[in-house]
Amino acid sequence: MGIQAKPIHFGKRHRLDKPELLAPAGNLEKLKFAIHYGADAVYIGGQQYGLRSNADNFSFEEMREGVEFANRYGAKVFVATNIYAHDEDVDGIEAYLRNLEDVGISAIIVADPTIIEIALRSAPKLEVHLSTQQSTLNWQAVKFWKEEGLPRVVLGRETSLEEIAEIKKHVDVEIEAFIHGAMCSSFSGRCVLSNHFTDRDSNRGGCCQSCRWKYDLFEDARSQTDWISEEEAADQRVLEQFQLGVNQLPLYEEGDNPFSMGSKDLCMLEAIPDLIEVGIDSFKIEGRMKSIHYVATVVNAYRQAIDSYMADPENYELKPEWLEELNKAANRPLNTGFFYDTPDEEDHIYEPEDKAVPYDFAGLVLDYEEATGIATVQQRNHFKPGQQIEFFGPNGTFFKQQVGTIWDEEGNELDAARHPLQKIRLKVDQPVRYFDMMRKQNVKVASKAVAAI
Amino acid sequence: MNNKPELLITASSLDELRLLAEAGADAFLIGEERFGMRLPGNFTLGEIAEAVTYSHDKGKRVYVAVNNLMTNDILAELPAYIEGLRDAGVDGIEFGDPAVLTTARELAPSLRLHWNAEMTSTNSSTANYWGRKGATRVVLARELNMDEITGMTDKLEVEAQVQVHGMTNIYHSKRRLVQSYMAHQGRQVDGDLGLTRGLFLIEAERRDEKFPIYEDSNGTHIMSSEDICILEDLHLLMEAGIHSFKIEGMLKPTAYNVAVIRAYRTAIDHYVANADDYEFDESWLDAVHELQDPERELSFGFFYKEQVF
Repeated sequence: MGIQAKPIHFGKRHRLDKPELLAPAGNLEKLKFAIHYGADAVYIGGQQYGLRSNADNFSFEEMREGVEFANRYGAKVFVATNIYAHDEDVDGIEAYLRNLEDVGISAIIVADPTIIEIALRSAPKLEVHLSTQQSTLNWQAVKFWKEEGLPRVVLGRETSLEEIAEIKKHVDVEIEAFIHGAMCSSFSGRCVLSNHFTDRDSNRGGCCQSCRWKYDLFEDARSQTDWISEEEAADQRVLEQFQLGVNQLPLYEEGDNPFSMGSKDLCMLEAIPDLIEVGIDSFKIEGRMKSIHYVATVVNAYRQAIDSYMADPENYELKPEWLEELNKAANRPLNTGFFYDTPDEEDHIYEPEDKAVPYDFAGLVLDYEEATGIATVQQRNHFKPGQQIEFFGPNGTFFKQQVGTIWDEEGNELDAARHPLQKIRLKVDQPVRYFDMMRKQNVKVASKAVAAI
Repeated sequence: MNNKPELLITASSLDELRLLAEAGADAFLIGEERFGMRLPGNFTLGEIAEAVTYSHDKGKRVYVAVNNLMTNDILAELPAYIEGLRDAGVDGIEFGDPAVLTTARELAPSLRLHWNAEMTSTNSSTANYWGRKGATRVVLARELNMDEITGMTDKLEVEAQVQVHGMTNIYHSKRRLVQSYMAHQGRQVDGDLGLTRGLFLIEAERRDEKFPIYEDSNGTHIMSSEDICILEDLHLLMEAGIHSFKIEGMLKPTAYNVAVIRAYRTAIDHYVANADDYEFDESWLDAVHELQDPERELSFGFFYKEQVF
């Protein structure tokens, strides 16, 4: 793992207000997991005006249910309304925002000033947060948006901790920053590769992630600005000398990995004290398209780190198992983005990507009988007796064991849990609770790891 | 039409600016990398003042790009720069960052403000929003299509500027991606990785498209593999009342830019002289075709493309 946090000490003021842990929720089930596993707030997408048109987005009814669930935990629900609108998009926005207000959404995350204005005018109960898509990097811009009526700004991912400290010094506004997950390698919003390669509009949710494709780098043997001089231009025959292809000098050799813009994923777990002391108000995890297992695992790790630091900052220590946990959900190598310095060759992915996640969500704990030590789990992936599994949960559940005998609800012994959502009973080594998760190592990744040894 | 549309082009140097002025450009976009984004050359404040004197003498205008994504450290230099531009007599500035708008409104209220957020200037009501904040012009995103652009002009409370020719930026990162890649390869970074180096990318499944890539102090920039050329349908934009037609002269020899200016000058003058009998003449583009880089296609860009999402 390529994380090299270089702690900066932002004074010994010891912050008293706990920052918000903000998690993605791609659908209602993920929302429930994110909140149960410790998110203070979640952000979701509605069926319009968001940047994940492929995601399993929320209907207003689902939002209402999500808000009700969140309220039971004192958590909030935000909606990403972060497209750059075209004229054809504008008409429906007002009604949409009123609906968000009606179902109890706390805030919307917005990039386009048109949507900001409509929200402030027509849905005043919604807080408006400025999206990272605005690439806000300086305190004057932050001040401008605050004066426009926005209580919170999500900074561009290019902002360093030093710059955040400077911004907090100048402006009394909530600052939200991405702390974990996949990143645009471009300034967010300033990339239309997708539009050019596939006619899919990246700023309206159609991004096809062309930055992660592979490219060859060349140098033009002709000097660019004067590949034809004015004198030569007068003499048109010179153009005949230019033949397609012959002017390309490859800047790679046989066996080199191709050029790519793909970034490693952000992980700031090791820098929690810095993030807290610099004054970031909301710690945001990326990933509305990610799995339940991912969201629960990542939220759980950050929840523990934040709570542990806030409880006793003087004696805070990063627990290696939090990082191990994060790695169980990671599908890319990790780094610290722009927080400490500008990313370099260690922070990009040139090798072929293996998207396989090291662990799979195998079962959800529904019930536990104290007397017998038997748990009932809802099957979420194939598992069978003899396999190594882990249980984890938000209230400290964390242990490994081997799957013993498994039964269905009628008590019939099974050789494997094959049916999605089937209720399976098995003996567990330690007590578990409703909503704890059972995971198993991904067979493909596990066998590869063995082969590597 | 009420007003003759403006023919605007970037310039890489005072010399190029003079040649483009003689060829028929009405206005110039210049600046320097510290404050402006993706310029074909750098002009100091002194050179900007010289460009203004020369241009005003010929009844032409000078705009300066102050459209970088500003960081805290640039804020300290911004007031002096804006005052310098005001004192140099520039006609307007392009901005994207609210910090620039705020500073200019305070220190140089006479400067015209052109809102240019590149690919994110996509609708008329947001253009009008910036208009209410003091902007007088919107530079429309190159990803809009003809119907969107022409349908917008009635709703706009500010002038509209549309890029009609040349390459466009399609990706901007603060990262040093070429340097990083070379370091990954273990390759010595020899020389500059800037505009004049002639670096380009080819994607695995699009072998005939070359995407220029370069680095400067603002990061890494990737440019389109084609050059927009909408001259054939310029009358549609003139009918719609677009105020300014921009030609991007970056990464082009001066002779090429001169030929492009002459072509658009001819079309605009014909249209203004007699809109009813206006007819596009293919031969206006002959000189441009002759000088067009044979490895770059002239295309309609996104003017006639359907995009999905």
